[in-house]
Amino acid sequence: MTTLTGVQVWKNVLRSDLRLALRQRTDILTPLIFFIIVVSLFPLGVGPESKLLHSMGAGVIWVAALLANLLSLHRVFENDLENGVLEQFLLAPHSLAILVSAKILSHWLTSGLPLVIITPLLSLQMGLTGSEISLMMLTLLIGTPTLSLIGSLGAALTLGLRGGGVLLSLLVLPLYTPVLIFGAGAITAYQNGLSPEGHLSLMGAIAILAVMFIPWVCAHSLRISLD
Amino acid sequence: MFKIASARHFYPLAGKLLPWISALTAGLIFYGLYLGLFVAPPDYQQGETVRIMFIHVPSAWMSMFIYASMAIAAATSLIWKIKLTDIFIRCSAAVGASFTLLALLTGSLWGKPMWGTWWVWDARLTSELILLFLYLGYIALVEAIDDERRASRAGAVLLLVGVINLPVIHFSVEWWNTLHQPASVAKSGGPAIHPDILVPLLVMAAAFKFYYVAVVLVKMRAAIIASERHTQWLQGLKG
Repeated sequence: MTTLTGVQVWKNVLRSDLRLALRQRTDILTPLIFFIIVVSLFPLGVGPESKLLHSMGAGVIWVAALLANLLSLHRVFENDLENGVLEQFLLAPHSLAILVSAKILSHWLTSGLPLVIITPLLSLQMGLTGSEISLMMLTLLIGTPTLSLIGSLGAALTLGLRGGGVLLSLLVLPLYTPVLIFGAGAITAYQNGLSPEGHLSLMGAIAILAVMFIPWVCAHSLRISLD
Repeated sequence: MFKIASARHFYPLAGKLLPWISALTAGLIFYGLYLGLFVAPPDYQQGETVRIMFIHVPSAWMSMFIYASMAIAAATSLIWKIKLTDIFIRCSAAVGASFTLLALLTGSLWGKPMWGTWWVWDARLTSELILLFLYLGYIALVEAIDDERRASRAGAVLLLVGVINLPVIHFSVEWWNTLHQPASVAKSGGPAIHPDILVPLLVMAAAFKFYYVAVVLVKMRAAIIASERHTQWLQGLKG
């Protein structure tokens, strides 16, 4: 039997996870449609006045992205728990954090990235203009990986618990607030003629910290949950 | 030192300390309230409403102090796996959440006459609100897990992640929006408050701290009885 290196295992986990996700297309599409519907509800709720929508558009899209991300979190570990893959991960000679990071990346590619791609359409609905739309996409591109990382940690902690979904949102949403504030803040700053650079740098810093530490904490949490 | 960390030695010791701490708490609360309500002069700007501060500020301090204590205990519990620290953390959570709620409510009562509104989305208020959510998230997680050991360990991880996030949340909302006045007690060059106000404030802060210790000791003793009810030493105490 040949032993695989860490990188090879990482690639294999990522590939198989992506393949599974692409076969369950509704799992990818449902949060995406949810995202679109939530954003579309706001003009109905607060009125279609274009000035109002323009000023709150970024915040609305960001909040909807947070919620859509939350809806897809159950996918990260649940199936693997049911079919026993997670136990194999724990037994594997490779670092659990590396395997987990591949799973989180695949989660982002199938949940965060689609949100980024659909955002221009929703930004137009909210009356954002050209450069604001690209900035909106940029903030989501930096911010959604952090959401996937924090969310996966929550998913690992609540693994297999009754009422896990609502509990997960209670744990994770308060931890999402900095990403929301800086993400929506970048666009508001830009709309007010200020530079969004500071907000973007801070989001980048949070993302880097999350990438460095969360897979490791997440692995530890999985060990606790499966103990 | 490590003897105290076992429930068996902690339980009687806590029982012995409890009356003293309770008496001290009661004394400090009455003295602090007397100073705050009768001795301290009304503020020249804020009038009588300044007296809300004697509850509000210590509650806000306690909300952060308890979270920090819980997080430190969580780290030690993950490293050394002492059962008593797990009990301590769990018993602290509800007290911390209550102080956070109290700080928010009294702040709101003060805000209405002073700022003209019950609530503003200001940095301090928002981070305090998020702190309350963190407490509630912790309580919900621990309550949802039936297995005691898993509950404590998962809760500890959540607390530690929360404590890393706390400064981030604090600064994010700080830069986002601010109306709340800056700190005036703990700043360089000495406090900017007159002793007539400062003394009752500090007495109340001490009272709240002892109140927390007393309540946690009672709750911990109850938790020890619940989890060790079948052990011999506890049966022996019953006599």
